[in-house]
Amino acid sequence: MKEVTLKINDIPVTVPEGTRILDAARKAGFNIPTLCYYKDLTNEGSCRVCVVEVKGARSLVASCSAVVAEGMEVYTNTPKVLKSRKTTLELLLSNHEKKCLSCVRSGNCELQKLSNEYGCDENHYQGVKTPVNVEEYNAYLVRDNAKCILCRRCVAMCNKVQSVGVIGANNRGFNTSIGCAFERSLGAVDCVACGQCITVCPVGALTERDDTQFVVDALHDKTKTVIVGTAPSVRVALGEEFGYPIGTDVEGKMVAALRRLGFNKVFDVDMTADLTIMEEGYEFLERLQDKTAALPMLTSCSPGWIRFIEFNYPELLPHVSTCKSPQQMFGAVVKTYYAEKMGLDPKDIVVVSCMPCTAKKTEIFREDQNASGYPDIDVVITTRELARLIKHYGIDFRSLPDEQFDAPLGIGSTAGLLFGATGGVMEAALRTVYEVVTGKEPPSLDFKAIRGTKGIKSATLDMNGTKVKVGVAHTLSNARKMLEDIKAGKSDYQFIEIMTCPGGCVNGGGQPIVPSEVINSGVDVKALRASAIYKADKKSKLRKCHENPVIKALYSEYFVKPNSHKAHEVLHTTYRKREKM
Amino acid sequence: MSKEIIGTPQQYEQFCQVLEELKSVPGPVMKAMQSAQDIYGYLPIEVQSKIASTFGVSLEEVYGIATFYSQFNLNPKGKYTIGICLGTACYVKGSGAILDKFKEKLGISPGETTADRKFTLDATRCIGCCGLAPVLTVGGEVFGNLTVDDVDRILARYND
Repeated sequence: MKEVTLKINDIPVTVPEGTRILDAARKAGFNIPTLCYYKDLTNEGSCRVCVVEVKGARSLVASCSAVVAEGMEVYTNTPKVLKSRKTTLELLLSNHEKKCLSCVRSGNCELQKLSNEYGCDENHYQGVKTPVNVEEYNAYLVRDNAKCILCRRCVAMCNKVQSVGVIGANNRGFNTSIGCAFERSLGAVDCVACGQCITVCPVGALTERDDTQFVVDALHDKTKTVIVGTAPSVRVALGEEFGYPIGTDVEGKMVAALRRLGFNKVFDVDMTADLTIMEEGYEFLERLQDKTAALPMLTSCSPGWIRFIEFNYPELLPHVSTCKSPQQMFGAVVKTYYAEKMGLDPKDIVVVSCMPCTAKKTEIFREDQNASGYPDIDVVITTRELARLIKHYGIDFRSLPDEQFDAPLGIGSTAGLLFGATGGVMEAALRTVYEVVTGKEPPSLDFKAIRGTKGIKSATLDMNGTKVKVGVAHTLSNARKMLEDIKAGKSDYQFIEIMTCPGGCVNGGGQPIVPSEVINSGVDVKALRASAIYKADKKSKLRKCHENPVIKALYSEYFVKPNSHKAHEVLHTTYRKREKM
Repeated sequence: MSKEIIGTPQQYEQFCQVLEELKSVPGPVMKAMQSAQDIYGYLPIEVQSKIASTFGVSLEEVYGIATFYSQFNLNPKGKYTIGICLGTACYVKGSGAILDKFKEKLGISPGETTADRKFTLDATRCIGCCGLAPVLTVGGEVFGNLTVDDVDRILARYND
C-alpha cells in the first residue's frame, strides 16, 4: 500500500494511505480526544471533539473521519483547537442531565473525563433542553435520553453489528433523539436485550438495570438459603473493575469476594456448561441418526440469540437445541437435585446468577424455566453489578486470598469454561461428542480452527468415517448470514454455535465497560479476555465435560442418562414465535 | 406483520403496485414513503411496516426518515388543509387572532385534524405573498386581507 508522509505538530510521520489523521497523530505520539468515534464501529464526525487544525484548510477538521494526505501539516493543540473543543464540550454539557454525583457511569464517563481535562464549566451555557420522549426502565436496561449526547455508537452497534435495528435517530435538529419506531420503549419492540448498546455508550444514557438491592435483601433474609453461580466469562473480566489488566483471571479472588458477601454456597455455572454439553451433545447425536430431524442443530445458550430467532426466523426454531442455557440448568439443578440432596425446600432457596449478560435478566422470565415449580433463577446480576456490590460492601478485592468454589456444584471442567468465548461451546461439544462416537480422545483437544475472533468459523471432523461439519458465528449479523443460508437450503453444516455478542460472552453486554480510547488505540478486548480462558484450560487437568465427577454423579444419582425423561423435565425447554412490532 | 389490507382496497392495490415498481429502483425507501403519503395522506404504522419489510430495512429506519422530514405526516390529514401564515407580515397584521378563531371554531390545535377528517389546521411560515397579509390557504386556494370575521365565511365555502 502507498505510504504518505505528513507532519503532526511539526513531527514527521509516515503512514499508509487512507489512515485517519487521528491514528497518524497517535503514531506521532499525540492522543486526540474523541467522543463519538469508536474503532470499527462509528466515524460519524458528529461530536466535533476530535477537531484539529490542518494548514491551508478553511475550518477545523474532524480527525476521526478525515484521512491523511502527502505533505499535510496538522496541529492538534493550537489555542483555536483547544478553545473549540472546550466550547463543544460545554455545549454538550448544556443539554446533558448532569446527575454526575449519582450516575452509575461516574468515574468512567467519557464526557465527564474530557470535561474535567478541558476545565469546562458545566453551567457555562444555560438554556432549553431537548425534550425527552421515552422513559425506559425495563427488566434489563435503563435508558435516560436526557444524558444522551447523540454519538450514535449504540445505533451503529444495534444496526451494523447486531442487525437488529430497533434504535435510530428520530426527529430533527435540536429535537433529535435516539429511540425506537413510534417512540416505543425497547421492551415493546423486537430488542433482543443483548446490551451491546450499553457497552459502547460513552455516558450514562444506557445502563443495565441494577438488581443489586434484590441480592442484598436476599442475603439478609435469614429464612433463605442464598446460592450464587458465576458464568465462565465473569472471572476473566471482573478484575478490570479493580484495576487489573484486561485479560486477568481472578477466579480465586472472585470466589473469596462472593463468600464475603455472605452467600451460603458459591457454585460455578461451568458445571452446568458441562451438563449442557452432555444434553446438547447427545441431542446432536440423536438428530444425526434421525432422518427427519432438523439439521443443522443450533445452540441455545445465548438468550439474546434466542430472542433474535424467535422474532426474526421463527420458522427455523426446530433447528434450535431444546437444552436450557447453562444459567437455567444451574438454577434447575440447584432447586431439584441439590435441594433434594440437602433436604431443602426450593421455595426457601434464592439462586443468584452472576452473568456477563443483560439478556440473561430477561431469560429468567421465559416460560418453561421453573423445573422445581419455582423460577430456576431468582435474580441475575451482571459483572458490573457484582463489582459494584463488592465495592459497596467495602471488600478489598485486591488483597483477598484465592479461594475455591464449593462442592459439589462448584466443580466444572475447563471445557465448560470455554463457553465464555466464541467457539468455546463447539470446542467443548466436540471434545465430548468425538469420544462418545469413536471411543477415543480426539487427536488434539485444542480445536484451533474455531478459536479466535473471526466472524464465522468452521471445522470438519471425521468420527470413524462420519464426517461432521460444524460452524461458529458470533454477533447477530453473522448469525443472520447462517440463518439465511439455512433458509435457502445452502447450509452444509450439521451443528452451529451462535453467540450474540462480538467475541462471545467475554465481551457481553454486562461486562466491564472499556473506554473507547482503549479500543481506539487498538487493544482487542475480546481476544485478551478469551486468552485468559484458554490459558486456564491449557493448564487444567479436567478438560472434558463428561469426565467431570459431578456430571457422572448427576446422571448416576438423578438423571439416569442424557436426554432421559427426567432430564427433559428439568433441563430442556421450548421456544415460540414472537411477533415483531 | 399484518397481512390485512391497509386503507381501502383501491388504496391498497395502488400502494402494492408502487412497492412492486420500486423493487428494481435504487434507494426506494423515500420514494415509497412519498408515494404512500400521496395515496393515504399520511404514513400510519402499517404502511411504514410494509415499506420496511418490502425493502429489507428496519421499521425504525423508516420512522426516522418520516420524523426527520416535516413533509411526512404521521397523522391523517383532513379533506381540506387550512394553512394560516404566521410569517412576520401576517403575524403583525393579526393572523394570530385568525388562527385562534379557527382553533375555537374547529376545536383543534395546529397539526391536528377534526374528528370528521374534514379539516386539518396548520400554522405555516411565510408563504411569500405578504402583500395579501394576513393570508391563508385552503388546499390550493388563497385568501388574503383577512379579518377574524372572515373565518365563518371561509369555513362555509367548504360546507360539503
